[in-house]
Amino acid sequence: MSAGMLSGKTAVVMGVQNQWSIAWKIATALADAGADVAITYIDERAKKNAEKLAETVPGMKTYVCNVSNDEEMVALRESLKADYGKLDILIHSIAYAPAAELTNRFLETTREGFNIALETSAFSLVAVARELTPIMSEGGSIVTLTYLGADRVFPKYNVMGVAKAALESCVRYLAADLGEAGIRVNAISAGPIKTASARGIPGFSTMQEQAVEKSPLGHVFEPEHVANLAAFLCSDGAAGITGDTIFVDGGYHAMGI
Amino acid sequence: MATTLERVQAIVVDRLGVEADQVVESAEFIGDLDADSLDLVEVIMAMEQEFDLEIKDEDAESIRSVGDAVRYIDEHAGA
Repeated sequence: MSAGMLSGKTAVVMGVQNQWSIAWKIATALADAGADVAITYIDERAKKNAEKLAETVPGMKTYVCNVSNDEEMVALRESLKADYGKLDILIHSIAYAPAAELTNRFLETTREGFNIALETSAFSLVAVARELTPIMSEGGSIVTLTYLGADRVFPKYNVMGVAKAALESCVRYLAADLGEAGIRVNAISAGPIKTASARGIPGFSTMQEQAVEKSPLGHVFEPEHVANLAAFLCSDGAAGITGDTIFVDGGYHAMGI
Repeated sequence: MATTLERVQAIVVDRLGVEADQVVESAEFIGDLDADSLDLVEVIMAMEQEFDLEIKDEDAESIRSVGDAVRYIDEHAGA
């Protein structure tokens, strides 16, 4: 990744929970590439972490934004507009499902759990795109995070897999709508990375061991690999890429067995 | 050099915003130190980083108190 690749661009990274968050690794990669970066946090507990992390990057601002709250998304747009003038990069690293939905059989998925998972993890991309693209006046790039569980069955990933499939479809439809505004929309399908949130998925250790063992590159997946691709997708070098899901998983998705 | 307990105390004070004198060996993270499950995961990850070890999820489940953490680290951290 080259320094200055994102000079003059303004980015907002949504979904920083703590220092292990993929969102945080992306935020620092964008800043290293020269972007002015803001991060958002969902609630008071994440606020403490976000503010402490932001202090380590000169000029980084923090804003509250719970994507289930329409008013907070509007407020975020107005704050970004006032503080930066325009936005070029939107990173969406947000997903949630009630713990019970990742413990029971998929067959037992509840209506409520299904709706929460789909709304928080997939609809939220549509919502933030709608609210924030009005200030992406010079075009730009939207990137979200997905997982192979969208296409294939991973035990206990359950409704999150369904939500990720919906998310990847949202990426394509948004790309179609936003192309004329010069805004690209893509998803990064990352290999299993041991974040604090990932540790809440009961089958996670198995997913990670399998992926490391079976993938052609055979290494432990580092968030930096994802962050580097995110920075590239937000750069002018990726000007021809939109509506796509790109894997950063050491090639695991290519394997049949 | 700081003892394992002192290093664990520093992590817990930082992550959970409690006072150092609350972080005694008998204190349970969830209950005595006001942690929720995500807080506890963050404490576990901070300990992995501090002591350069990997705590498997099934082992993490048995770490309930400050003393549990100190004992686990003393047994597993590389010399």
